[in-house]
Amino acid sequence: MANALFWVFSAVSVVSAFLCVTRRDPVASALWLVLSMFSLAAIYVLLDAHFIAAVQIMVYAGAVMVLFLFVIMLLNLGASTSTDMVGWPGRVIAGGLGVLLVIELWAVRQLLPAGDLVLPAGEVARQTQQQGAVNFVAEPLFRDYLIPFEITGILLLAATAGAIVLAKRKL
Amino acid sequence: MLAPSLGVSAILFSIGVAGVLLRRNVIIIFMCVELMLNAVNLTFIALAQQLGPEGQVVVFFVMAVAAAEVAVGLAIIIAIYRHKESVDLRDFNLLKG
Repeated sequence: MANALFWVFSAVSVVSAFLCVTRRDPVASALWLVLSMFSLAAIYVLLDAHFIAAVQIMVYAGAVMVLFLFVIMLLNLGASTSTDMVGWPGRVIAGGLGVLLVIELWAVRQLLPAGDLVLPAGEVARQTQQQGAVNFVAEPLFRDYLIPFEITGILLLAATAGAIVLAKRKL
Repeated sequence: MLAPSLGVSAILFSIGVAGVLLRRNVIIIFMCVELMLNAVNLTFIALAQQLGPEGQVVVFFVMAVAAAEVAVGLAIIIAIYRHKESVDLRDFNLLKG
């Protein structure tokens, strides 16, 4: 069951990512990307990352994509008649490089992690069930990664200030 | 389910790269970058299932950085659009001397 669901969501994710890249209308492109991110969130659930799946839907499919759609509509880009794709030589080069990259990453994929690092099968699922999905992430986040966490907070503050300053018409 | 996840991640990342090379609309190129970030997140989550919670923590940080990046990047695009009245990459030559 989980395996079948994994393949369904993978197919939806890949196909909608492809449509996102090839649609001419930026709004359609953004909405296909939302679908791709939703299916990725479903895959995260199947991979025992329930909390990250919820954050993916809230932050990526929610906040980030709303921001994109907002800017597309603010700049009134929806009704473009001409395509913004590169010419045919460029398309062939882009497609060729994409296929080449898939082949390369497929080869790298064979290098699985060293055996003594791998936890026993089902260990993460068991710990998630025992501690709760949030606690499983929160414990390393607030113990081992506390300083990076605080720095991320400062980064978000700086980004907020920077975005306001950049988008202001007159300082 | 590690190997299939890494395969899906590889395909998504390559679609993102091809999209960056294929399009001239800056906003769509930016969305393709987000797609690549998502593909890498999938790799982290797939490996976190095998190696422990650190992968999920890294994904959390990637999401925070991506959110900051989107806010600043779209603000820059709006600022350039005010000057150029365009989001076409060919019109963006502000750094050319």
